[in-house]
Amino acid sequence: MINLVGKLQDIQEEFGYLKRDKLDEISRELKIPLARIYSLATFYSSFSLTPPAKHSITVCTGTACYIKGAGEIVERIIEKLGITPGETTDDNKFKLETVNCLGACALAPLVTIDGNYYGNMTPEKIIEALETYL
Amino acid sequence: MRGKSTTVQTISVAGGTCGMAAGAGEVWNKFARVLGENSPGIRLELTGCKGFCAMEPVVTIGDIFYCRVRPSDVEEILEKTVHNGELLERLLFQDDGKTCETRREIPFYQYQDRRVLSLTGEVDPVNLQDYLTRKGFESLKKALKMKGEDIIQEVKDSGLRGRGGGGFPTGRKWESCRNSQADSVRYIICNGDEGDPGCFQDRSLMEGNPYLVLEGLIIGGYAIGAEQGYIYVRSEYPLAVKNLEIALARIRAEGFLGRNILDSGFDFDIEIVRGAGAFVCGESSALMASIEGKIGEPRVKHIHATNRGLWDKPTVLNNVKTLASIPLIIGKGAAWFSSIGTENSKGTMIFSLTGNIKNTGLVEVPMGITLRDLIYKIGGGIPGGKKFKAIQTGGPSGGCLPESSLDLPVDYEALLEAGSMMGSGGMVVMDEDTCMVRVAQYFLNFTREESCGKCPPCSEGSLLMLKILDKFIAGNADEDDLDQLGAIGRMVAKTSLCGLGKSAPNPVLTTLRYFKDEYQSHIKGICPAGACPGLNQ
Repeated sequence: MINLVGKLQDIQEEFGYLKRDKLDEISRELKIPLARIYSLATFYSSFSLTPPAKHSITVCTGTACYIKGAGEIVERIIEKLGITPGETTDDNKFKLETVNCLGACALAPLVTIDGNYYGNMTPEKIIEALETYL
Repeated sequence: MRGKSTTVQTISVAGGTCGMAAGAGEVWNKFARVLGENSPGIRLELTGCKGFCAMEPVVTIGDIFYCRVRPSDVEEILEKTVHNGELLERLLFQDDGKTCETRREIPFYQYQDRRVLSLTGEVDPVNLQDYLTRKGFESLKKALKMKGEDIIQEVKDSGLRGRGGGGFPTGRKWESCRNSQADSVRYIICNGDEGDPGCFQDRSLMEGNPYLVLEGLIIGGYAIGAEQGYIYVRSEYPLAVKNLEIALARIRAEGFLGRNILDSGFDFDIEIVRGAGAFVCGESSALMASIEGKIGEPRVKHIHATNRGLWDKPTVLNNVKTLASIPLIIGKGAAWFSSIGTENSKGTMIFSLTGNIKNTGLVEVPMGITLRDLIYKIGGGIPGGKKFKAIQTGGPSGGCLPESSLDLPVDYEALLEAGSMMGSGGMVVMDEDTCMVRVAQYFLNFTREESCGKCPPCSEGSLLMLKILDKFIAGNADEDDLDQLGAIGRMVAKTSLCGLGKSAPNPVLTTLRYFKDEYQSHIKGICPAGACPGLNQ
């Protein structure tokens, strides 16, 4: 049994997004209509159809982070970079995303930038952290 | 040679995701660098999460428990504690001015009964030898000499119920799968798609003791007569996937998995399936659709998965904690397992204690403990001198319980009666600065975003409720809105297709039930918590 979701995950991991030519390849190889592949690609939130930005910012908006002020952190980043969750800056430098929970609730509110963890964030500290990537 | 120890001392650094995020990796690296290749008498170990997340990075040396260790502390720990047996007071846990010299003295651990978690945080998670010397896979050996029916009977006798949400009796689920469609292939799946925000019990187990989960899965496979198992892991948990992959490769090499396991004639293998970021895939039929490579939409369940599940074959789906309990039940017996707990909720439950609480962490307690003991004795109460307002149990499908519910025993039925649920074990504490209307909005937002969109009650109903909540938050709501909100909530609960839709209005319905005065204040333009901009406090 071929695990189609797994195949897409491999592409996502390798290129940081689902490259169109790779999807075409899978479609031909496995004889699966491209439309079906797209339905998967757009249903699951870990897939992206656009290339990744240079730096990826992920704000955890799990319950513990929410209670401790994740909302203000997101607002502050929106203000600073001019992009809302899901968007990329025009210079392709930052992509902002939110995630339902990273499961490290002791560090709430928690932000990761390029996979580095920034715990116990405040609206001030997140700007300091962002500036090291500017 | 005063102070020189002759036995091997183990320096153990907690390296779960939470510990690593707090800087445990740097601490471990520093130890490794200073100790070098050759350090006779000292063993350096990177374990899974020890549970006390608020104190990460945590380092233990025997019974000594050091909190918030920095790389700059490492040389002193080695020189004073490891070589000379002296304690570094500044790194010990302080409880109201009292210094706890050993882990046993720390209240956070004192009131726990760590059974399923007994090795999590105590061993190198992927070191098979460590697991084997602690009686690992003894239960599998014992099970392989038993009949499937007898294993199922033992699990039934133990009273174990599903630890993922619904609380269905595990033994009965196994039995109905074993007895359906004779001669068919069967599947068993471990549900590690821990999607509830504020939960990390399953992650900690998969990361910190993967062998225990896998042993439970293999025993389950044998009991129901399956040859193939799956473990579905949430995509946000890379360390869990990595440790499970290593663990799987090692047990396959040692004959605990694959063809003719331990010469018993039983063939069984396990595949890891990574989730792709959809909360709804924690729902059983959606999860199976996802493994089949489809979008994760739930289906109507007039036919149970134990009869027609994955690829229409009889399938058992169990939560990580459920399967991790199996080796204990087989090894120590049903009577041992059911000796603690309440009448209908046996054994222990693992909770993630988070939010406005001093001792954030992972705890394992006997079923039946009161919420009050969980929050105050183990959790240390609310920080900053704030007052308790609510505890949210059961994730987005659960509910918010008020002060007056704190003496409730933690038990499947008691929580359901109170309008919440056990769920997977999330416990988020909220203090007086939390606005309950906004909390309801938060959870509904979550549900709306994660709704698969297949059935209108869930997808449209949550949107309608959200619009009403927005009116409350802006101070534009009236009494009619209050009635409407309740009516729509009850309609969604009654008519949604899957369990997630049915339980989606719970946060709204429980806040309406217990915090109605707060909604009424919003009608008058007042937010008691002072959290809604534009409203008075």
